[in-house]
Amino acid sequence: MSIGSEIRITPFHQMHVDAGAKMVPFAGYEMPVSYPLGIKKEHNHTRERAGLFDVSHMGQIRLSGEHAMSALESLVPVDIIDLPLMKTRYALFTSENGGVLDDLMVTNLGDNTLFLVVNAACKYDDYEHLKRHLGSSCELDLHDDLALLALQGPKANKVLSELAPSVKEMTFMTAKQVMINEIDCFITRSGYTGEDGFEISVSNQDAESLADILLSSEEVEWIGLGARDSLRLEAGLSLYGHELDTNHSPVESSLNWALSKVRRLGEEREGNYLGDNIILKQLENGSDTKVVGLLPEGRMPVRDGAIIQDENGTQVGYVTSGGFGPTLNKPISIARLETKVSNSQSKLFALVREKKIAVEIIKLPFVKHNYYRG
Amino acid sequence: MSIKYSEDHEWVDAKEDDLVVIGITDFAQEQLGDLVYVELPEVGDECTKGENISVIESVKAASDLVAPVSGSIIEVNSRLEDEPEIVTEDSMGEGWFIKVKLSDPAELDELMDEEAYNAFIEE
Repeated sequence: MSIGSEIRITPFHQMHVDAGAKMVPFAGYEMPVSYPLGIKKEHNHTRERAGLFDVSHMGQIRLSGEHAMSALESLVPVDIIDLPLMKTRYALFTSENGGVLDDLMVTNLGDNTLFLVVNAACKYDDYEHLKRHLGSSCELDLHDDLALLALQGPKANKVLSELAPSVKEMTFMTAKQVMINEIDCFITRSGYTGEDGFEISVSNQDAESLADILLSSEEVEWIGLGARDSLRLEAGLSLYGHELDTNHSPVESSLNWALSKVRRLGEEREGNYLGDNIILKQLENGSDTKVVGLLPEGRMPVRDGAIIQDENGTQVGYVTSGGFGPTLNKPISIARLETKVSNSQSKLFALVREKKIAVEIIKLPFVKHNYYRG
Repeated sequence: MSIKYSEDHEWVDAKEDDLVVIGITDFAQEQLGDLVYVELPEVGDECTKGENISVIESVKAASDLVAPVSGSIIEVNSRLEDEPEIVTEDSMGEGWFIKVKLSDPAELDELMDEEAYNAFIEE
């Protein structure tokens, strides 16, 4: 797989331009950061109705072979072998030193086939990683022939089930193959906004027609990457390159919940993934850092990179993501802190342009998740 | 006196020979997107042409307001601290940032008139 330096476009590019989107380079693609509605209104539209996101830049990888499920388990600290048919699970690619190479969604398609959705910026590296470790035993396909849309918000189910009634019964993190106006769609009930919603994988040829159908509902508007980030931040979800990186383990990034029980110390399929000894030890003994939510005092956004200090002016962490949360109408941040100060009693300050802003540690998410669990 | 414009997308409205009102242009406001926070200088601060005097935070990012002229700040629009959206709604009017008493009124001649500014943002 070659990685050209030229900027790529998704099958929806012309639709974005026609909709008046502000296009920016992102992970090698020209992507819409916002539309004429503006980030704040796009954000609110998604929380109140339904937002349509072009996420075709993300990687869609099919992994198949007799031992595909156990093979993938050698690269993630997650239970894949017992992942039920057409169920989706959040997972992480770990490295030898216990760091995180990427986070991903895994769906069991049956017939020893898994469908992976990975981050845009990591997709070629992920593909090479899979190929290097599993290439001899599994067949791998990075789908440049597929587009990906996310339909997110409290009206997403109403909009989609009018077109494909069977999606109504789907619960959070399940998958289904459906037809929408004779277009083949692979749907998971998932997303990254904290809202109920779906991700829809569709062939490049049918991509525009499907988007047209979805946009014909008065509930649906295009939403850009700007609002995607503020929605994700309010939902307290980790973003690769911010809360997750190769220098920090899943435990150091407070993702213990994503580490399946059956892969933990003393369990049936303990360890046996890259970096397992480091991660398992941290799960037992704790880690030096944690990722927490911060509410800055006042209205000034505390953005990523801002230093966090204790009362004595000693650095105890830094902000990994930060900005303004339109739903809360106040600034919100996520930070990596030394574990010993990561309790809510700590008096902490963020440094912004040499000013000290008091910050309060709060439990994530900032805005409650609205997933449909049946 | 007519309104003058800087290459950093500020407007400078000379009310008297040495007293100006400064804000950001509609073009700048549109580029920034929804504003969420404006950090204003203090009344009495001195500003020097080309130096940062204020920070404007949009949903997307923080941007600097660069002084288009030099002088002392005699008034700030403190409404912006609680209602930064005024800038989005009326950047050329209610959304003004600061009033400055010029130390060198000749600096105004270095700024663009409306026609030149419109040509500048067309580029």
